[in-house]
Amino acid sequence: MSGLATYNFAYLDEQTKRMIRRAILKAIAIPGYQVPFASREMPMPYGWGTGGVQVTAAILGPTDVLKVIDQGADDTTNAVSIRAFFQKVANVEVTTRTKDATIIQTRHRIPEEKLTEGQVLVYQVPIPEPLRFLEPRETETRKMHALSEYGLMHVKLYEDIARNGHIATTYAYPVKVEGRYVMDPSPTPKFDNPKMHMSEALQLFGAGREKRIYALPPFTDVVSLDFDDHPFTVQSFEKPCALCGAEGVYLDEVVLDDRGGRMFVCSDTDYCEDRRAQGFLGDQGVPLKEAAE
Amino acid sequence: MQDTSIFTGGFAEPVLQGQAVFRAVMDCMANPGRIKDTDGTPSAPGGVPSAMAALALTLVDHDTPVALGKSLRASAFPAWLAFQTGAPMADTAFDAAFAFFTRADGFPGFEGFPIGSDEYPDRSVTLIVEVEALEGGPEMAARGPGIRESAVIAPKGLPADFLARWRENGALFPRGIDLVLVESTRLLCLPRTTRLQAREV
Repeated sequence: MSGLATYNFAYLDEQTKRMIRRAILKAIAIPGYQVPFASREMPMPYGWGTGGVQVTAAILGPTDVLKVIDQGADDTTNAVSIRAFFQKVANVEVTTRTKDATIIQTRHRIPEEKLTEGQVLVYQVPIPEPLRFLEPRETETRKMHALSEYGLMHVKLYEDIARNGHIATTYAYPVKVEGRYVMDPSPTPKFDNPKMHMSEALQLFGAGREKRIYALPPFTDVVSLDFDDHPFTVQSFEKPCALCGAEGVYLDEVVLDDRGGRMFVCSDTDYCEDRRAQGFLGDQGVPLKEAAE
Repeated sequence: MQDTSIFTGGFAEPVLQGQAVFRAVMDCMANPGRIKDTDGTPSAPGGVPSAMAALALTLVDHDTPVALGKSLRASAFPAWLAFQTGAPMADTAFDAAFAFFTRADGFPGFEGFPIGSDEYPDRSVTLIVEVEALEGGPEMAARGPGIRESAVIAPKGLPADFLARWRENGALFPRGIDLVLVESTRLLCLPRTTRLQAREV
């Protein structure tokens, strides 16, 4: 007996998939605009990436190769369980290697390796509305998007500067898409924002609890909001990755002991492993072979 | 005597074929100007090309009122659509989520169809239109999201004033209609964001 017998392929029923697929097509046609959709109950709680899971389920086919990451890592709880979910309900091939994947579902990171044409990046989005914490009323934020009235967002960034001397927003940093819609890139570090601009891959965003889908087609203009005298910059790190020595990548802090010991390592585990396999070594790294023994 | 052609021509494997057709149309919508093939197995009455039948089976259902061109309306296609997908006929073009036109219907004007509102620009029609050919017509340069620099498209059988009408549609952004052109088993998408220009020869 196949373990798939009691589910439709990829869990969702066909009518739900059609509804999500129609929303995806409109989202692609209106880059950055949040298309409402009839988000379903999934066999996991809201907050677990149900939006991304529904988008992935609606586009996934038997020939796809799926990669799932959580904060850049393939081996954390959220990534492992969603990967196992799709193996169970779609029997789909999975991978941890960015370049082998046709669909990458992500929680809050964009892989370090440049995505290529034909790949689809599916984001799990908690709060899709970039204006929500500034204006709680949906009727108002919808009107603001309709009128392209984004002054409030600039005031927010300005207040950052007034209080802190610089724009203190470091994740979910708002972007403007094709000069029209201000969009929440999901809580990715602002380090990843430049990767969204003119990406070769199709980027789809799913928010399950908030019932919104939005998209960036490949080669779409994505600009992080800033001011002439306070231009947008990404985080920089003082030291390279302690394991693989990579520079110019996003690093996670790992606490080593209770005496202040810490190390900074690549957030993208596949990228880090790949580099170590190629022989790159950071100052606290161990060659991959020895580590395996 | 009932026309039995309405009971045949659907997907043999609705789940996997629907997924494959959707990926083709998603890929084309994300990369305007790209031409993709469908597997060619669906067939519908009324002179409907296979790609159009495949798109109907993939995208429409009881939630999506459908508008049809004149000759399609007079054919067995509405009955086929009702049997295969359950999609209701739209009372007027303005209620349609999808609209289908074959070459016998002629190219539709963009007037009369829903273009969405500034608040909900997604509530607009997707036009699925058969053309003489997707290639070999007058060349147009396409620019916009989904296109690296620019792409060249050359569908054959578009009306002479197509470019002017398409520009008007583009000027409505974020409102506007999205267009899928089909020929036989193949399709090409023009979302509202694509800007077209005649190419000098």
